[in-house]
Amino acid sequence: MIVRILGEGRYDVPEADMPAIEQLDAQLTDALDRNDETEFDSTLVDLVGQVRHSGTLLPADDLQTSGLVVPHPGSSLSELKELLAEES
Amino acid sequence: MSVMKRLSGIVQAKANKALDKAENPADMLDLSYEKQAENLQKVRRALADVATAKKRLELQATELQAQATKLQDQAKQALGQGQEDLARQALTRRAGLADQLADLGTQHAQVEAQQQQLETTATRLSTQIEAFRTKKETLKATYTASKAQASIGEAVSGISESMTDAGMTLNRAQDKISQMQARAGAIDELIDTGALPDALGGAKDDIQAQLDATSQAGQVDSEMAALKAQLGSAPAAGGALPSASEAAEGSATPDTSAPAGGAS
Repeated sequence: MIVRILGEGRYDVPEADMPAIEQLDAQLTDALDRNDETEFDSTLVDLVGQVRHSGTLLPADDLQTSGLVVPHPGSSLSELKELLAEES
Repeated sequence: MSVMKRLSGIVQAKANKALDKAENPADMLDLSYEKQAENLQKVRRALADVATAKKRLELQATELQAQATKLQDQAKQALGQGQEDLARQALTRRAGLADQLADLGTQHAQVEAQQQQLETTATRLSTQIEAFRTKKETLKATYTASKAQASIGEAVSGISESMTDAGMTLNRAQDKISQMQARAGAIDELIDTGALPDALGGAKDDIQAQLDATSQAGQVDSEMAALKAQLGSAPAAGGALPSASEAAEGSATPDTSAPAGGAS
């Protein structure tokens, strides 16, 4: 699965490592729904770390599209809410 | 839906929207290329803004630090003169500056993070643009074949997604930069209005004025004593000195300090 970290690039993550990432994604979603900033901040750090650790950064001239997108590292809960508000 | 899936949807929607204007694959390729070059220009401009914001924060920190050191020295001097209240006043102001300095430190760390992210974006964008420049001509040359059309679509989607990411990263950086500029402006205003006295000595410094007045009074005392000694009233000096000192510290101080300060 190709996972993009906003502002950073795309990582090719082996399928075997996807459950760990999906687990963190669920945790992040939960923190967002509960407005829990502390949980949100630490989960985002973990998620970014997990993608960097298990994935291989694709070169900039590789033109594959991604299937999942991680927020900008260090973004706040309110920043993400603003971004998600762009959904139509 | 999970955060990562929702974000992916937003990125794809933005990427598709950017390509809607193109009528055919060849146009798409050119449009993508132009957009990328445009994005790179914007990222470079934002990088210059970040560097300016960083420099400004550093200058402010230096200025506040100098002011904090000065207040510390003044507190010491005031204690030396036995003026505890004045020393306390100086230290209280210094504590206020420490808060501002800590805040500037946080801002500085944020600005550095932005700078790093923008630099990554700029590097990746320029590598991508270079690779795409050659790729698009090859794709254009063969785009009439149906298979090639599919690969053009793929390449363009990929490039458009990266462009969208760069655009989103740029917007985020610009938001941060304007927040920081607003904060820096607020601090400059505090310095200008004298709420944070100008460390470079431009603004009035009431603590220094009081310290100077007291040391002037002390100087007057010793000059009086010297004069008295010259006039041969030295035996009486033991009794006369304290009263002269009281006079200098009491009513004489405010009157002597102002003209003396203005003349020097």
